[in-house]
Amino acid sequence: MTTAREPGTTAGTERARTKPVRTKPARTKPARGFNTPSPARTAARYLLLVLVLLLVTGPFLWQLSTSLKGATEDVYSRTPSFLPDHPTIGNYGQVADAIPVWTYALNSVIVAAVCITGNVVGCTLAGFALARLRFRGAKLVLGLFLATLVLPGEVTIVSQYVLVRGLGLADNLLGVSLPGAIAMLNVLLMRTAFAAVPAELDQAALVDGAGVWQRLWHIGLPNVRGMLSVIVIFTFIGAWDDFLWPLIVLNDPQKYTLTVGLQYLDGTFSANPRLIAAGTMIAFLPIVVVFALCQRFFFKGVEEGAVKG
Amino acid sequence: MTHRRWFTPWLLAGPAILWLAVFNLWPAVNTVILSFTNAKPIGGGRFTGLENYGRLLDDAQLADALLNSIVFMLVCLPLLTVLPLLLALLVQRRIPGITFFRTAFYTPVIASAVVVALIWGWVLDDRGLVNGLLGQSGLSRSPVPFLTDRWLLLFSAIALTVWKGLGYYMVIYLSALANVPRELHEAAAVDGAGPLSRFRHVTLPGVRPTMVLISALISVSSLRVFSELYVLSNGLGGPGGRDMSVVMLIQMYSRGFNGHLGYASALSLLLFVVTLGPMLFLLRLNRKAA
Repeated sequence: MTTAREPGTTAGTERARTKPVRTKPARTKPARGFNTPSPARTAARYLLLVLVLLLVTGPFLWQLSTSLKGATEDVYSRTPSFLPDHPTIGNYGQVADAIPVWTYALNSVIVAAVCITGNVVGCTLAGFALARLRFRGAKLVLGLFLATLVLPGEVTIVSQYVLVRGLGLADNLLGVSLPGAIAMLNVLLMRTAFAAVPAELDQAALVDGAGVWQRLWHIGLPNVRGMLSVIVIFTFIGAWDDFLWPLIVLNDPQKYTLTVGLQYLDGTFSANPRLIAAGTMIAFLPIVVVFALCQRFFFKGVEEGAVKG
Repeated sequence: MTHRRWFTPWLLAGPAILWLAVFNLWPAVNTVILSFTNAKPIGGGRFTGLENYGRLLDDAQLADALLNSIVFMLVCLPLLTVLPLLLALLVQRRIPGITFFRTAFYTPVIASAVVVALIWGWVLDDRGLVNGLLGQSGLSRSPVPFLTDRWLLLFSAIALTVWKGLGYYMVIYLSALANVPRELHEAAAVDGAGPLSRFRHVTLPGVRPTMVLISALISVSSLRVFSELYVLSNGLGGPGGRDMSVVMLIQMYSRGFNGHLGYASALSLLLFVVTLGPMLFLLRLNRKAA
């Protein structure tokens, strides 16, 4: 149910196919003419970058600008202006009068917190067991985890709702967060991460008489922190952004998460675009902050050709 | 031996296996069971044989939804396989400030589809930014009904899907480009190949497997569209409910007084069957890579 990730996303599949044809001996310094473009070309590149930037961030900035425009200001744009004439943050207060937006934000935080905790603990333990311990039935279990990947979340959403209702968790935040609290894809990702830890480390610890817990805690965990942080980031984004599942599970407007609440606001108070704009910004800005803080982790892997979606 | 007690692995994997069984395998089985019943959100649950499947065959709204998915796929496939590659080439070189541009281009990906659709709903509104600009420039006298016309609404949803997906596929291409050996580019340059020729003969062959992967990803996600259409149409599915997606129908039938969980389950299985092809293809690609 994550939006930012699809199961089975692997980049770097092409490595095997391109033949490493080497026509010249390897150099330590790259040739000049090849690597340094002319200033005109660099300028053209920046120009294009800025154009795309406008296209990508334009709608967000327009929304931000709308959310800051005062009640007397014309937001319906015969002559669109990006800068508010009388900037005000009053709309953010008024959203809270129209819908309990801060309660919604708190609900989203609760759902995300349960999902993150569950995924970190559950997927770490299972990933370690599947990668590092030999036991009968391991292959079968692994196969079943893999098999769930061909099942889009939307396919089982009806019977998941029936199940959650049967557990008495319909219209309950726990019902929203529980099914995603251990995601099958994350179990497989943690298994891959643990499998990449050198076996010698384990062997040495075994000789020293270390038990399973000590090996998990002192050898496994320190070596899978990168994958764990990626899982935390994407679990947060997935839970915070999810719409379809909470929309199905929740009834009571007091219990809505932010995404469901915003859609509700759009349906009830569509007369005032300033309020909707303020509401979307409340849902959008936290995710931008989280991503801006964590993007180091993310793009580091990309250049090494190792990112998993 | 890697552990002393036989049940240690089962203890560690226990919670995940419980989730696998309860929240994944059982719902999958139960979807099949429910699809043969007339289960309602309240009451129902009697065995009705193939009735729901018969209903699939003459559901005009479903036919529209499938047509919408095909249009979605046909437009998204070329746009989202080509544009993100060009974008990746644009941000590939490590020039000053490039991290900022990369992060900015990725922002729509991490935003919720609801947030993005609300923003675009406002931009494309009858009295919104685009219509304002069009009116001001004299290009169109009356507002373009981006959100109230059966086909324009669908294309608006496609446009925002493409806009939101650019950064996602850009990152996958960026990773693929990093794996194309530099030496190939240098050798081609030494042989006198220009930038265009290098793109055709070095870059393209290098990222071809990634293109295949991305096409499969797009095929699956085109069939799973929900939030974009739902929010743009205010949950109503456009004029006459003709701008529904299959997932929107599933959602519609799982709730409310007119709900029909049995029929929603039959729709879910239909969704599973149509996504299975590209999904299995993806899994095979993954296997090969591993």
